[in-house]
Formats: sequence, C-alpha cells, structure tokens
Amino acid sequence: MGQVILKSVQKKFGDLEVIPNLSLIIPKGSFTVLVGPSGCGKSTILRLIAGLEDATGGEIIIDDIDVTHLEPSKRKIAMVFQSYALYPHMTVAENIGFGLTLAKVSKKDIQKRVSEVAKILQLEKLLQRKPKQLSGGQRQRVAIGRAITRNPKVFLFDEPLSNLDASLRGQMRVELTELHAQIKATMVYVTHDQVEAMTMADQIVVLNQGVIEQVGTPMDLYDFPDSLFVARFIGSPKMNIMEGEIAEKYFCQKLGVRPEHMEISKEEGLLNGSIRHIEKLGADTLVYSEIKGYDTITARVVGNLEMKIGDTIHLRFDKKHVHRFSNGNRLNTQF
Amino acid sequence: MPAHKLLGMALRYLLLIWIAMIFIFPIVFMVISSLKPDLQLLSDSSSLRAFLPVGDISPTNYLSAFDRAPILLFIFNSVLITGITIVFSLFLCSLAAFSFVFLSWRGQGVIFAIILATFIVPFETIAVPLLLIVNNLPWIGLEGIKNSWINSYHVQIIPFIADALTIFLFVQYFRDLPKDLIEASRIDGATWFQVYRRVIMPLSGPIIATAAILKFLMMYNNQLLWPIMVVQEESYRPVMLGLQYFFQLNTQWGEIMAYLTIITIPVLIFYLLLQKAFIASIASTGIKG
Repeated sequence: MGQVILKSVQKKFGDLEVIPNLSLIIPKGSFTVLVGPSGCGKSTILRLIAGLEDATGGEIIIDDIDVTHLEPSKRKIAMVFQSYALYPHMTVAENIGFGLTLAKVSKKDIQKRVSEVAKILQLEKLLQRKPKQLSGGQRQRVAIGRAITRNPKVFLFDEPLSNLDASLRGQMRVELTELHAQIKATMVYVTHDQVEAMTMADQIVVLNQGVIEQVGTPMDLYDFPDSLFVARFIGSPKMNIMEGEIAEKYFCQKLGVRPEHMEISKEEGLLNGSIRHIEKLGADTLVYSEIKGYDTITARVVGNLEMKIGDTIHLRFDKKHVHRFSNGNRLNTQF
Repeated sequence: MPAHKLLGMALRYLLLIWIAMIFIFPIVFMVISSLKPDLQLLSDSSSLRAFLPVGDISPTNYLSAFDRAPILLFIFNSVLITGITIVFSLFLCSLAAFSFVFLSWRGQGVIFAIILATFIVPFETIAVPLLLIVNNLPWIGLEGIKNSWINSYHVQIIPFIADALTIFLFVQYFRDLPKDLIEASRIDGATWFQVYRRVIMPLSGPIIATAAILKFLMMYNNQLLWPIMVVQEESYRPVMLGLQYFFQLNTQWGEIMAYLTIITIPVLIFYLLLQKAFIASIASTGIKG
C-alpha cells in the first residue's frame, strides 16, 4: 500500500502541453478513479506515475520516495492495460509469474505465489492455457493476476474494462471492488465511463484538459459539483442545464437539475412542453421533453409511465435540488 | 453454383496453373535433363520431350559430376558460410531494428536513413574497396595470427552479416507489435535485452523465417563474384564457384544439370522447413518476393 503524491507535475509532448501543472494526493489504500473525456490527460497521468512517460516538470512521490526519475520496475507499481498486454507466447502461469522470473525468484516460490494468485482470481484451471484460449474476462483476470503477484505498492489500471461487453463489465466492476477490499492496496483507475467511476471509487478525480476540475467522493461530486463541467460529466443521464429567465429567478447564469429531481405534474408547471422521446428501462423511465427556450429536458420517473411521444408535459422541481452556476463555477450562497 | 461463377473460377484456376507451370518448368527441365546423355538432351531440347523422362534415362551424370568436382565439400562450405551468416545476421539485424523501434537515441533517424540508403548501392561498387580492406586485416584464428582474411570462411561471412534489407524487415515487423507488451514487460522488471530476448523475439517467428529465407537465397545463390575475388584455395570454395569445374575442357550439359540439381536440394530443404512461417509472414506484412 502506498500513498502517491503528484507535486506540480507537468507534461509536454513537443509544443503540446498535456498536463500544465497538476498536484494531487492519492491516499494510501484508496481506490482513486481518474475520469474525464477523451484527451483530458488521464492516461498520461497514469503513465507518468508508472514511469512510462517522463514528466517535463514536478515530482512524483510514492510512499515518501521521489520516483520521478526512476525506471518503471523500480517504482513498486503494477499496471493493467486496456489491451491486457498478456504475452501471447506464454501460458497463464508464465504470464502471472513473469515478473518474479525476471526477479530471479526460485521456481518453487514462483509456483507457490502463482497458485495463491490463481486461487484469488479463480484461474486455477486455466494456468496451462495460452492467452488466445481465454475469454475477455479471463484475460482481464490474468492481467490483474500478473499485477498482484509482484506485491506492488500501487496498482494502476488503464481503462481495463473497456474491451469487455456490458454484462461482463458489470461483473468485473464488482470483482475489482471486492479485490480492492480484499488486498487493501492503493489503486489508481483510469476510465472515461462515469458509471465505473461512481460505482468503484473512494475518490474521484475529474479532469478536463489536463487540469483537475474536482476531487472528492462519488456522492460529493454528484451532489455538489464544483463546476458546470463536473455537473455535466457526472451522472447519467446528464444533469439538465437551463439558462435564461428560469436561471435569473435563482440569481445565477445556469441552473442545473438532475433528471430524477424533475417531477411530471398534471397541472401546468414551471416548464411546459411536449414529449420528444421515451426510454423505458424497466425499473424506471426516461422522458425527454421539448420545452420552448431550453435544450432537451430529461426527467427520470420511477417505474413505467403511461404517456406517449407528442403528449403535453408539465415539469417542475423542488428548489432544494437545484445547482446554481455562474461563470462555470458553483454558487454556494443562499438565495 | 451459377454458370458464370463456375466459369470465373475455372479461369482463375487456369491462370494459377499457368503461373505455377512457369515456375516449375525450369526445375523439371533441369532434373529431367540431368538424367539424360548430352546428345539426347540437346536433341530433346527443341520439343516437349525436354520435360519428359523418356529415352535413355540413367544416373550416370550424377556419378560423373561427383568425379569431376568435390561437390560435398562445396555444399558443406556453402551451407556453413550461409548458416553462420544467417545466425549472426538475424541476431545483429534484429538487435539493430529493436534499437530503432523501441529505444530512443540521438541521431536514430539519420542512421536509419543511411542504412536504408545502402539499399541502392550495388555490391559490385564496394567489392574492390572491400577487397583492399580484408586483404590487410589481421585475423586471430585456430591457426594463429594471419595478416589477411583472404582464403578463409570468415571473409565470406563477416562482410555479409549486416544488411539493410534484414534490418528493414525487422523494423517493419517490430513497429506492428503492440507497444503495451513492451511497456508491460518494462513494468515487470525486464531489462531492454530481456524485453528483446523474452518478449520480442519469441513473437517474431514469421519475420525470422522470412529474413532467414531471403538471407539464405541471397548468400547461397550469389556466392560468385566475392568468392572469386577472395578465395583461391579449393577447400573454402562455395557451390557457385564449383560450377566452373564443369565448364573446363569438354562441357557436359547433363553433368551441369546434375550438379545444379544437387546444389538445389539444400535450398529446397531450407525453404520447406520454414515455408509455413514464411507464407504467414508475407500474408501479414505484405512483403513481396
């Protein structure tokens, strides 16, 4: 387990500044998720921690040791890649034990450690198979196994679930969270999928163009987004953002309301329009409405909804659920 | 199957058979001719009989060929020279390619461009300067110190170990390998040489086979000009120099064909051993012969 500290880290690729100046503390034993849209620099930060990229400036500290200029193998980290990066010519057992083989650990000890890891990840029956004989989920587990074997201080995950289908992704999310609880290691996880971030993280770091927008627990970010960017990025479906007259009523430039806080009313409400699209998800229904003067407004209704596309709809919301923003930042003052 | 598709397929097969015949006929002619006496060989050469084992067929030409030249010694020399060159070439050229693709060092691009530029320099233009160099280079071997490389195996090996084509083939192949594998092995604690030996080379079977076959053909078939310049002693001569034994005094075409058939055998064996990987590599990298 290790604490990771990034102090004024900068990264440039030629003239292109990817990380202008970033400072971050990743607490010991935490599951920290770096999340953000494509090109926001999240994978670059992970690669900087891993030592696969050299920082242009700043310091990277793992457990009080400055690792900024250390080789990847000397940083006591392990990384799981999006492509799994399993060695195709080696068996599962050889893949898992490769790091130990390189470290010249005795064959007996490697075998013991590989068996332990295989047991944790339920890979015992697959140890003699080659990666091409495994399913996506099994390959993912082998990649995680390879990381665990080395007893690293920090685990780094670079979008490890993005190649899996939806159901397997859900299953692996649970398995990874359980694994974290079991081995209590520091994990840094990169994803662009905010559902993964919300469901797995102790701490989420939202990034935008190489700059941290907000750091906090998933519910902090969901309930109290510091900026319009975070408000829009966290939550699915996205927060409804309204401006104009309705925002002025609340003394702000932009007013945000989560879809689950939009109520459908029988009488005329604040927002009146017609239904553009309905998505029935089973447990709840998403209603997309066209309201004159606003972008599409989404409402989440529990259960089924007996309405159809084109019907007139009246929406309202409680003022305790509004998020107010001016100049892109959250307003916390009373109104 | 509809008639037009059937016709199309038949035409395709006819074309393929015709192309295959173009490649096979010279070999068939060589083998069949090696079994015929010269008079029959020359009279058959103007008809289709040249490709058929008809008339006076016997292995006499093979027996005479073995009498005329130390064929086994020449084959041994050629295989030894070619084999050692291939082993060192694969090792050094793949290492060079590895450094071009996976390491970053100052001047990398320029050096690679210079290497590629040597493609267009024919060997004939460097043969004489190279001869002057090897003639004055000392060599420490089993027989002690020699002042020149002339009349030796190594003079036929060392100048041909590094070549631009082999480096280029490895560079192209390495560029297509997933970068994640290299990064994963670096994180696992592999040194650069371990990445090369334990990760990259085991995954490079197809390109090793391709490079080996091309190098084999390049070395085995082209051992003519350079050996003429640097080898005077019979004991170091390769197969191609052996051919001149059959053009002295009375030229026997049947014997020449027998000799050529014999020296083709190592090429065929080598190709058959590696053909699966060679074809896979050509299919995947788009290299054309």
